[in-house]
Amino acid sequence: MKLNYRIVIFALAIVFGIVFSLPSLLQTQSGKKITLGLDLQGGLHMLLGVKTEEATKSRIKSMAASIKHFAERNDILINGLTFDNKSVTFEVLDSDEIKTFDEFLSKLEGVTVTHKGSVISVSLTPKEIEKTKKQAVSQAIETIRNRLDQFGLSEPIVARQGKDKILVELAGIKSQEDEQRARELISRAAKLELMAVDEDRNARVYNMSDADAASYGDIILEDVKSPKIKYLVHEIPILDGGMLTGANVGFDQNNRPVINFKLNAEGADIFGDFTGKNVGKRLAVVLDGKVYSAPNINERIGGGSGQISGNYTVLEAKDLAIALRSGALLAPIYLMEKRSVGPSLGADSIKASMIALIGGFVLVIVFMMVYYRMAGVIANIALIANLLLLLAVMSLFGATLTLPGMAGIVLTVGMAVDANVIITERIRELIYEGKSMHKAIEEGYSNAMRAILDANITTLIASVVLYVYGTGAIKGFAVTMSIGILASMLTAILGTHGIYQMLESKMGKSKNYRFWFGIKG
Amino acid sequence: MEFFKYSRTFDFMSKSKLAMLFSTILVLASYAILATKGLNYGIDFAGGTVVQVKYDTKAPIKAMREKLKANKLFDGASISEFGSPDEVVIRMKTTTGNVTQDIGDVTREVLKGTGAFEVRRVDIVGPKVGSELKEKGIMSLVLAILSILIYVAFRFEWRFAVASIVALVHDVSIAMGAVALFAIDVNLDVLAAILTLLGYSLNDTIIVFDRIREGITKSKKANLTEIINESITRTLARTTLTSLTTFFVVFTLFMFGGEIIHAFAFTLLVGIIVGTYSSIFVASPILIFFGFDVKGYHTKLAEKAKREAEKNRMREQFESGVM
Repeated sequence: MKLNYRIVIFALAIVFGIVFSLPSLLQTQSGKKITLGLDLQGGLHMLLGVKTEEATKSRIKSMAASIKHFAERNDILINGLTFDNKSVTFEVLDSDEIKTFDEFLSKLEGVTVTHKGSVISVSLTPKEIEKTKKQAVSQAIETIRNRLDQFGLSEPIVARQGKDKILVELAGIKSQEDEQRARELISRAAKLELMAVDEDRNARVYNMSDADAASYGDIILEDVKSPKIKYLVHEIPILDGGMLTGANVGFDQNNRPVINFKLNAEGADIFGDFTGKNVGKRLAVVLDGKVYSAPNINERIGGGSGQISGNYTVLEAKDLAIALRSGALLAPIYLMEKRSVGPSLGADSIKASMIALIGGFVLVIVFMMVYYRMAGVIANIALIANLLLLLAVMSLFGATLTLPGMAGIVLTVGMAVDANVIITERIRELIYEGKSMHKAIEEGYSNAMRAILDANITTLIASVVLYVYGTGAIKGFAVTMSIGILASMLTAILGTHGIYQMLESKMGKSKNYRFWFGIKG
Repeated sequence: MEFFKYSRTFDFMSKSKLAMLFSTILVLASYAILATKGLNYGIDFAGGTVVQVKYDTKAPIKAMREKLKANKLFDGASISEFGSPDEVVIRMKTTTGNVTQDIGDVTREVLKGTGAFEVRRVDIVGPKVGSELKEKGIMSLVLAILSILIYVAFRFEWRFAVASIVALVHDVSIAMGAVALFAIDVNLDVLAAILTLLGYSLNDTIIVFDRIREGITKSKKANLTEIINESITRTLARTTLTSLTTFFVVFTLFMFGGEIIHAFAFTLLVGIIVGTYSSIFVASPILIFFGFDVKGYHTKLAEKAKREAEKNRMREQFESGVM
């Protein structure tokens, strides 16, 4: 009795299959499990594009703000501070001050400074623009991830795809309201700006065009609650949300939710300076281009904290605070692809594919037993082991099971018996030729080997290509197909051969071909 | 049980002319359908929006149409039943890039008052993503065919490779023709089915070719036609049985797998039937057509064996220290 290594390997494979597929089958708390794809458990999949050119624009804008602040701080008179998509331009009135300014500008990173007499223009270098764009995407990913983490979903996926795309996957969204909330949280720019109201001209705001406003260096903004109310504010903000260090929900004296925010040292400085100089004027609190409130400045506000009041619910205030805390999106995002599946549809899909899987499985099993008798039973053992292995490997990888993946498993059931059909047919042929049972089995296996290998490798090639070029759900299909093929090599070839060898002593004496191979012999 | 007891060789090749004619007609008809009717690209490749709505009772399609007309967003939207009378799909070309405003929400608003329903699925694919997916899809098909071609050429002989690719193109063409004929939405899942079919159809062909190769090397006959007939007859049981089991499971998918998997199952179903037929009647005659030379192959093999023996002898000499 020589050691039957095939049966040992096969037994080990079955044990491995059972042990590692159990967590998935029983949905235990611990252990590595197969996760259900969004199409099976319901959820939201989005591919977002990032408008990176907006990021460079806002870089330029904040550069303009800091130039303005520098000039005011050092009492340097500048004139005609304007900016476009590429550069900030201004004129220094006192030519002695140009040097001071140059010194300040030389500290800025990634800019080119050009002089035309007393007119200075500052623009971003191409390398800096590229960097800013790249940063905008990374920052958007980071920001969206932060926001979703605080939203309280289980394991949101936020990942970069390609150069400037972001993939967001949220599983287990149970209701329309949740989805709406998640979408708003993701897409909210959360750009906070504190802006000075142009008190000299604000009275005329209702008969002013945008172009008129621009000629004064102002812009017209609407009130968040009633768009009919308009404000004329200086285009260059006093400071923006980048200087925010915290935001949380509080309540004002009327017990309405407000958001308290804190500024960093630099922000606190600027804020203190500005409020000190502008007592009696109004300060517009602007969020994403809408004026939330425009309180009067009664005194200098030091310490760098402020409040945004608005007419919102506690939940809205909470989400707003999350958005502010996680920082603004440097660049707006837009939707490129979205797939959302309601939980009920996912449940239906699981049910339907399970029926197909079990139906197909039973059909194949019964067919094999009727047609091949004992050889069919052995092939069925291999088939079940194959499925267990497939589930085990998928669990170990923490793979996602999608609907096409389910289809892949169903297909595996149909194709996995192929190897056994080839082998058994070969054995039958040899028995017809009058070979002994033992000889027929050994030669049958060696004859069938080459065909099975060739056939499986070509199928594997097709599924690897599918995996490399497929997206999302299709990848899942490719994974199950590939693992299924590999597992069938182990179970259908090695495993069944081992079983035959184990039964050899019984089979060698038997002349009952009908029982073993379903033929008359 | 035995359906296919090997007792005598069936003369498949005598039918090959008829089969070739039949195949040519089918393939040409498929191309004609593809050229005139064209493929019905779904949103994955064409971009657009799909909203799936389920009602408690039969979906009031007429009332829905009226309601949708009122909103500009739904210009050119089509409404069709989806799998069961209470479920419908609204398809349109428009997409929105806005993350917060959702077509699903808009649909819910617009359809208010048509009965109790839930919006179960909203898929939006922007035009840019669609064209990218298309590119990737074509790329994957070409790559799969190429890599398979290389493998088969390496394992067999170039004529086998060409013959198996012709059979592949034949299968894929007919499957695509069927998809076009029944106006099935071509989405990623159909592409996956086509790629699966590539693997499957080839699998079938390879098993037959493997037998033919074996027949060529072992049999004393020099007549290729006879060898092919014998090889096909001997593999007939396997070809039919495996096709049957695969057909079973795909058929259950098709019947019970739900509407979403329908297109995938349909494409595969057609593919399995065509693929089985082509591995018997299409791939092998092409070998004859290309003038595969059994004698030449024999000589080649003999030379190869001689070289191997020579090598082994040298090695033995070298190892035993005789130089």
